[in-house]
Amino acid sequence: KCPLVVSRTFWGKNIKCVCFYRNALLEADINKLGFSSPAARKTGTTICGVVYKDGVVLGADTRATEGMVVADKNCSKIHYISPNIYCCGAGTAADTEMTTQIISSNLELHSLSTGRLPRVTTANRMLKQMLFRYQGYIGAALVLGGVDCNGPHLYSIYPHGSTDKLPYVTMGSGSLAAMAVFEDRYRPNMEEEEAKRLVRDAIAAGIFNDLGSGSNIDLCVITKGKVDYLRPHDMANKKGVRTGSYRYKHGTTGVLTKAVTPLNLEVVEESVQTMDTS
Amino acid sequence: SLQFGTPRSVFITSLIPVGTSIMAVEFEGGVVIGADSRTTTGAYIANRVTDKLTPIHERIFCCRSGSAADTQAIADAVTYQLGFHSIELDEAPLVQTAASLFREMCYRYREELMAGIIVAGWDPRRGGQVYTVPVGGMMTRQPVSVGGSGSSYIYGYVDSNYRAGMSKEECLKFTAEALTLAMERDGSSGGVVRLAVVSEQGVERQVILGNQLPKFSTV
Repeated sequence: KCPLVVSRTFWGKNIKCVCFYRNALLEADINKLGFSSPAARKTGTTICGVVYKDGVVLGADTRATEGMVVADKNCSKIHYISPNIYCCGAGTAADTEMTTQIISSNLELHSLSTGRLPRVTTANRMLKQMLFRYQGYIGAALVLGGVDCNGPHLYSIYPHGSTDKLPYVTMGSGSLAAMAVFEDRYRPNMEEEEAKRLVRDAIAAGIFNDLGSGSNIDLCVITKGKVDYLRPHDMANKKGVRTGSYRYKHGTTGVLTKAVTPLNLEVVEESVQTMDTS
Repeated sequence: SLQFGTPRSVFITSLIPVGTSIMAVEFEGGVVIGADSRTTTGAYIANRVTDKLTPIHERIFCCRSGSAADTQAIADAVTYQLGFHSIELDEAPLVQTAASLFREMCYRYREELMAGIIVAGWDPRRGGQVYTVPVGGMMTRQPVSVGGSGSSYIYGYVDSNYRAGMSKEECLKFTAEALTLAMERDGSSGGVVRLAVVSEQGVERQVILGNQLPKFSTV
């Protein structure tokens, strides 16, 4: 029986393998009983980014899946890092959310310390060093883009901590579909409208050809001094309107007997919470 | 603290980019280094224009093969250590020092890392040097060194065509042809050929695009 707390020293720092081993043991136990453990909510996803003449355009779909079920039809995958830097996240939803928030927080402190607007390469370095430290156990695949004093920059960051600096990148389960669109139509120094159209079409390719991606297309256009967070930019999958009423009329089912028992209840508090049926 | 090998079941099916052809040749006055430009995750090419020739210092480069995450992290760490060391010394660092730093890291963490690195550069004391630090953390100096998954296909070509005392242009042609042959046969190597000449004068980089590669009479 292996102990529950194992401390591995890697890269001079300790990563406590408590949860990894415990989870493996629990998984084995559950499987022996014939059940399967709940799947982590992943973002399935198509995310992409492109560098154009004045800045970067980031794009993402809005579907979050838990196994084969859509958990969230309209989740936001473009995360704020700093006023001039945004980051799209694919992979485990919790990991992308928390990782981007941690780096956003550290970057704000860093920016206050330096007295300067943060650079995209700084955010890239912080993200890659953190993900490498966790050896891929943090399942966050990111597209990081922004504009700083050295111009527009775009990075793709993999869960194990490797990064690529490129003019156009795609990540997620729909990345192959989106990359096909980019490889066909990307040109250097595009205008803003053309770049937005290209990103929109790349995400659409992911949405309609990949089961893990769906719903709407969010865009984020970052230029020097301005950010356009377009959510939603394109509602590609609006829910249809029912053409008829399918309610059964009163009296369709015959009533044989009726017994009424009044319950004397006192209304203390009444609150209404509407469900999102979009 | 107890050290355990991680059980197979806990490994996340990895998207580690691997697969490469890299090469370095010494000549009188410097070194010629070259690499392909393909990074793969499984059967998908994640980056078809990768730059695997990473500057560690002004006249010291490393060619990276193996896991992209591991080699990028190692190269960043060594760049920092070498830069600090160079400022302490107030002179250009030796290529052997850079290679030793790579070796220290690759050997100490050999169980956790998958990195095959060729360190090459020029220093005033010993001129152009090539040191190879393969998986496992050995370090040895060689006049010519090949690495990566594509290297298996070109050992014969390199052994039969290398001559001591080649000029810079001959080395460039030799490297470009060897890498082209490797890329032709290895599925995980491809894209463009990136070359660099590191000498006393500095660094000259060049790219040979797919349609400009040397042609061989393979089927």
